[in-house]
Amino acid sequence: MSFEPPVESCKGSIREVTIGADTKVGGETTFPFHLWEGEMPNAPMIAMEVYDEAQPDWPDTVRKVYEDVMGDPVAWAKKCQDEYSADAICLQLRSIDPNGSDASPESAAETVKKVYDAISVPLIVYGTGTPDKDAEVLKKVVEAMPDANIPIGPVEESNHRLIGAAAMGYKKPVVGFTSMDVNLAKQLNVLLTQLGVPEDKIIIDPTTGALGYGLEYCYSIMERDRLAALMQNDGKMQMPILNNMAPETWKAKESKVSEEEEPTYGNVETRGILWEAITATTLLLAGTDILVMRHPDAVKLVRTAIEGLQAQTKEKVAS
Amino acid sequence: MALSGLQIFKLLAKTNCKECGFPTCMAFAMQLAAGKAELDQCPYVTDEAKAALGEAAAPPVRKVTVGAGDMAVTVGEETVLYRHEKRFEHMPGLGVLITDEMDDATVDGLLDQLKQIEFNYVGVNLRPRVAAIKAADAGKLAALVAKADEKAGAAIIIMNDDAAALKSAAEPIKDKKPLLYAATEANFDAVAAVAKELNVPFAIKADTLEALAELGQKALDGDFKEVVLDPASSSLGDVLLDQTLIRRAAVKKTFRALGFPTIGFPSNMTDDKMLEAVYASVFVAKYAGFVILSDLDPARVLPLLYLSQNIYTDPQRPMQMDQGVYPINDPGPDSPILVTTNFSLTYFTVSSEVEASKVPAWLCIMDVEGQSVLTAWAAGKFVADAIAPFLKKSGIEEKAPHKKIIIPGYVAQISGELDEELGEGWEVQVGVREAADIPKFLRQWSAN
Repeated sequence: MSFEPPVESCKGSIREVTIGADTKVGGETTFPFHLWEGEMPNAPMIAMEVYDEAQPDWPDTVRKVYEDVMGDPVAWAKKCQDEYSADAICLQLRSIDPNGSDASPESAAETVKKVYDAISVPLIVYGTGTPDKDAEVLKKVVEAMPDANIPIGPVEESNHRLIGAAAMGYKKPVVGFTSMDVNLAKQLNVLLTQLGVPEDKIIIDPTTGALGYGLEYCYSIMERDRLAALMQNDGKMQMPILNNMAPETWKAKESKVSEEEEPTYGNVETRGILWEAITATTLLLAGTDILVMRHPDAVKLVRTAIEGLQAQTKEKVAS
Repeated sequence: MALSGLQIFKLLAKTNCKECGFPTCMAFAMQLAAGKAELDQCPYVTDEAKAALGEAAAPPVRKVTVGAGDMAVTVGEETVLYRHEKRFEHMPGLGVLITDEMDDATVDGLLDQLKQIEFNYVGVNLRPRVAAIKAADAGKLAALVAKADEKAGAAIIIMNDDAAALKSAAEPIKDKKPLLYAATEANFDAVAAVAKELNVPFAIKADTLEALAELGQKALDGDFKEVVLDPASSSLGDVLLDQTLIRRAAVKKTFRALGFPTIGFPSNMTDDKMLEAVYASVFVAKYAGFVILSDLDPARVLPLLYLSQNIYTDPQRPMQMDQGVYPINDPGPDSPILVTTNFSLTYFTVSSEVEASKVPAWLCIMDVEGQSVLTAWAAGKFVADAIAPFLKKSGIEEKAPHKKIIIPGYVAQISGELDEELGEGWEVQVGVREAADIPKFLRQWSAN
């Protein structure tokens, strides 16, 4: 019995969403990096995180990288763009947290505008996951920046009307956030499109678990999302996926506990950087389109992995 | 492909002798098809039937065991492409390459690490188990193999192109099932002969999947069951391509010639140690049976072992913690008491935040069949009339007599009812919704 490569083609494809001036994400006609049997017109993008206030509690491995720009989101964003060649910037509006600084929507919008004006790569704006406050702030953000094509999120079921309406009015893409569940993700996409948000302005945030902290749930949810989109041609699942992963991986004990405290764990910097890079690489294999990342060395590793995954000997499947 | 009851029936004696314990041959065949009976229960089974049924019952990816005892690695027996379809069965064997170009101290160091590195994660013991030994000289090869066996008890892969060299190194430890690496087009017959003589598994290696499948077919023709495939992928993209097509051919087409576990050497693609670990993660997630690293730095081995566990955990059985009171940061009678569910992720997230707060605390973990707080609440498992008896029986009042219980912010609505259920002397306090806010909450908490 001679070998015939079991190549599969897909019925459906992922929509292309434009962010920024003309950067496209998504558009796959096959499973992640299955370039021997389909297209991946836009390689997954790495959006580097910027916070609108200092993060003194971060583990040293990442804190020391950004120490010089903490508290200055404009300088922080430029650093990521210019020094680390970020494909995009994800501005995490941590200052608006009602349990934290509880900054006003106006001040948040002002920060967004300043960062947007200072960079040339696409900007993604993320709230803190407090539905009411996020709605209030993100509405103000889109009003303040009518012409900027900035995706905003996280949009949840509880605030999708408020944020969705604002986004539609100003033609902004939205990132719909659901809690590790294929059906909930689909349900939110249905709600958003019923509201009138165009399907090519929706990105899925499926909730990200870090390595050791639920990565496998996220991995299987994303695989199932893609099976529904590509094999069942389910139009309500054919959106690009964003993983807001950096806050998760740098929260993991294993990425920050010192070698003095855990002598068998090895060097803390190596460990932390790999915790982020391996989480990211695993997500690449599950179908991510936008990775929100933190440490420049992890970013570099993942960029090399993305290039590596695209290097394929297609003659292997020529029949 | 599994046979139907009817197909099996045709291969039986059809005498209805009942000696198998079933009333008819047909009934026996149905039980065989359902996997509820064994073929050798029939005293009259023919060799032909045995071969046909054995072949049909074999998993699409054959099982291979390398090594013995605690360090044995079993891989294969996989039946799906996606873990959510059922589960992945056997975590890859992680190991290290040891060569005759290393000095003695390096070799000793690696073997020590192989023996010592061990992590406990969600009650699962994770460790590297494999030593892949490579030497051009037969004498050095045998000496290194003997050393790895003696010092680390490792599952051993013996790497050489020469069948005679493989044999001399493998023979003394043949009972520990070393893997011979590798038979190629050039030396297949000689290496296969050694594998047969010593009754040990061997790897086949070829640059294309066609050539690999031809070697796989030769192995099947020679009646070999324990074979490992090396598609010799030369880029990360080819790793994904080769591993995916091999698994697909095995699982979806029951293509037996590639129905074996695989082996990968990420260091063949890069000299950068960090990148090697990242590349190794692709092998782990994408079906590899053995992943051999260039060294065993624990900071790089730890994430790979965790990844193996994550990917290979059974998706139908959520990881659970045992019910009980967990002391964190050495708590005393005045330390705060937190209660939450036994979903492992809930436990991990909460316990790591409590730990990070440096505040001593008691964490009461309640068995709700591994569900998260909101899910368990919605299912009526994490509710006042269940939590109250759990707390009262948990022994927490002896440990912390202040009896002030902090519940997760997400179930604030049960606080009144829980207060009532617990009764006199107890006090229910509503904690934070997000684990990230726990440290701040605990630092401000006081028993008075």
